[in-house]
Amino acid sequence: MKCVITGSNVKVLGRAVHSLSRIGDELYLEPTESGLSLRAVNSSRSAFAAFLFAPLFFQLYEAGGRQPDRELLRCKVLMKVQHPPPAPCPGTPKAPHCSGAVPGRVTVPVSVPCPQSFLGIFRSLPSLEKTVGKCLILLKPRASRLVVQLHCKYGVTKTHNLAFQECERLQAVFDTQSCASSLCAPARVLAEAVVHFPQTLAEVTLGAGPGGKISLRNYVEDEAEPTKTMVTELWLAKEEFQTVAVAPGSRITFCLKEFRGLLTFAEASNLPLTIHYDVPGRPVVFTLDDAVLEVHLVLATLSDPESGSQPPTANGVSHLPAPSDDFADDLESYMIAMETSAYEAGSGVPPSPTFPLHTPRPAESDPEEEEEEEEEGAVPGTPPHKKVWDGHGRAWGRAQPPPDPHLSPQFRSLFFGSVLMPGGPGPAPTQEVLAEDSDGEY
Amino acid sequence: MRFRAKIVDLACLNHFSRVTNTIAKLAKTCTLRLTVSKLYFILSDKVANGGVSMWCELSQGNFFDEFQIEGVAAEHNEIYLELVPENLSRALKTAQSAKAVKIKLTNKHCPCLRVAVELPSLSSSSRIVTHDIPVGVIPRRLWNDFREPSVPDFDVSVYLPLLKTMKSVVERMKNLSNSIVIEANLSGEMNLKIETDLVSVTTHFKDLGNPPWASEDGCQSSAQGRDLERMAEARIDIKKLQQLLAGQQVNPTKALCNIVSKRIVHFILLHEDVSLQYFIPALA
Repeated sequence: MKCVITGSNVKVLGRAVHSLSRIGDELYLEPTESGLSLRAVNSSRSAFAAFLFAPLFFQLYEAGGRQPDRELLRCKVLMKVQHPPPAPCPGTPKAPHCSGAVPGRVTVPVSVPCPQSFLGIFRSLPSLEKTVGKCLILLKPRASRLVVQLHCKYGVTKTHNLAFQECERLQAVFDTQSCASSLCAPARVLAEAVVHFPQTLAEVTLGAGPGGKISLRNYVEDEAEPTKTMVTELWLAKEEFQTVAVAPGSRITFCLKEFRGLLTFAEASNLPLTIHYDVPGRPVVFTLDDAVLEVHLVLATLSDPESGSQPPTANGVSHLPAPSDDFADDLESYMIAMETSAYEAGSGVPPSPTFPLHTPRPAESDPEEEEEEEEEGAVPGTPPHKKVWDGHGRAWGRAQPPPDPHLSPQFRSLFFGSVLMPGGPGPAPTQEVLAEDSDGEY
Repeated sequence: MRFRAKIVDLACLNHFSRVTNTIAKLAKTCTLRLTVSKLYFILSDKVANGGVSMWCELSQGNFFDEFQIEGVAAEHNEIYLELVPENLSRALKTAQSAKAVKIKLTNKHCPCLRVAVELPSLSSSSRIVTHDIPVGVIPRRLWNDFREPSVPDFDVSVYLPLLKTMKSVVERMKNLSNSIVIEANLSGEMNLKIETDLVSVTTHFKDLGNPPWASEDGCQSSAQGRDLERMAEARIDIKKLQQLLAGQQVNPTKALCNIVSKRIVHFILLHEDVSLQYFIPALA
């Protein structure tokens, strides 16, 4: 894979990397015929983002040679350096990390003892805009290096050699067409709306009110005392949106941090943002569309514990978002219900029949065997290497990805629950595969 | 009990926002006292506050375009609320371009101060943001705890130098010591001192001037007949002083301090329509 980005597009790429860095610690690069895809998923698999840059975005784009029996090479690199690196042992040759390697010029090897991260290269957006004229990204499978070269002013060339890991396709399966509700607004409108919430706020609730009004409210966690927490609610008129096609009374709760990251990108690119959502518990999909760029952000939403236990009609009535006075009461009953559900989720009982939890398998079962089974159970038409990350890494005795500290348990359990049938060994064709990766390959 | 108020003017809104920011920096929770003509932010000197107390007073007429209050009884037309000033400050922070801000006491689920902000939008209708700030209503029998502190019988009263200058001095001293000695005399001199085993630092200020306190009833007698050159000093927690200097956003037209030797330092920041008094007790 080889691509060259020039001019202001370098900054666009930089902003995309910043936005993706809000989601995961690793960046997945996937060169395809339809462009270069950059993806990230968070550790609890409740957030996924994909930026697809079309070949037209680049000055030069070569996806790479396709071997007859192999797919294009995909890789993942470190997004940010998490741990202070160990001091390099004297005597061992250092990997070439960063050097100005232009033939015929003075080459100044800069020995950076820490592993380089992708975000580190694009860290400063203003300097990127000021100094970088051209950016070259080159995947060297033989040397096992991803080379990012920044051609700066005054003939300075910065070459970053990043170690990468070959990996499976990171894919979230979602269908924006099947979502019951969708909204489209200029990014600025939404960005101006979220400034009213504190930076520390974890989740926000988006609701559709009467007359096409859209509300945003800070989600108050069930353990928080309602008499101690300030509740901020914002109403946006229908006219502020480009399109509003929402189910009346619908409302969803999702994480604000990742959404803010995407908003920053969308606002800077001056693109309208579309929100697709369905019932609580189903993922919400944020999309940006441009001639040379396609962005998807998929976030888990908080399940509505009442939706399973009550008929949908009754639920719809009880959950009409209320600009009216009784909203506080409504909130409380909602929160009481949440508490019950958290308890149930902890004890392994599905919170609702709609999104059953996968029953954990016995821990002693052999991981290899399990994988075989899954391979066999794979759906026809699915490439054999595809594997679903279904969240039962725990049952396989593998290290569980560290839970996102700001995610409540409802988010996680629900998300995995939506992926698998209860107790089923493999994915059923109709089910959503949120994200798959190669972590199960070891 | 009813309360509703409205600010339309942007300058007033920004000013009010600055006052609440200052309060938020100085107190985690405070008492908001509402009367027909004035608002007060009060922090009484409880042990929990480390002996620090605060009294901030503003005339509502200079801030609000509408101000209606109905207390518990006609003869006690006042409301005392306990609130987290940070919440109010946060609600007003994003209201800087508002068309109007309404503040209203509500009691839906719990007593709340509802701040409703009307913001301009790209469409014809404006954007409405509401913040429900939970408050506690303080019963009348406890009102006596929140009386205005009297000006102490000070030894020396002196105008303060530019607060910005003082702030940068104190901030540097804070790295070296936990306590600071403030001393001043009646010749307009003030010193800020830190003394540790390793280092002693003193910053001298002179020609500050001493405010002319009218001794109507002769109660401010300590300062009279005092040797003009003699310093009165108090050692106080440097963090508390730094908090005041860094947190204040009222840009006072006058700032002064009264020192009661070895007991308390009383700061007064005056702006045309706001006065802020802050008391820091001396360390033993």
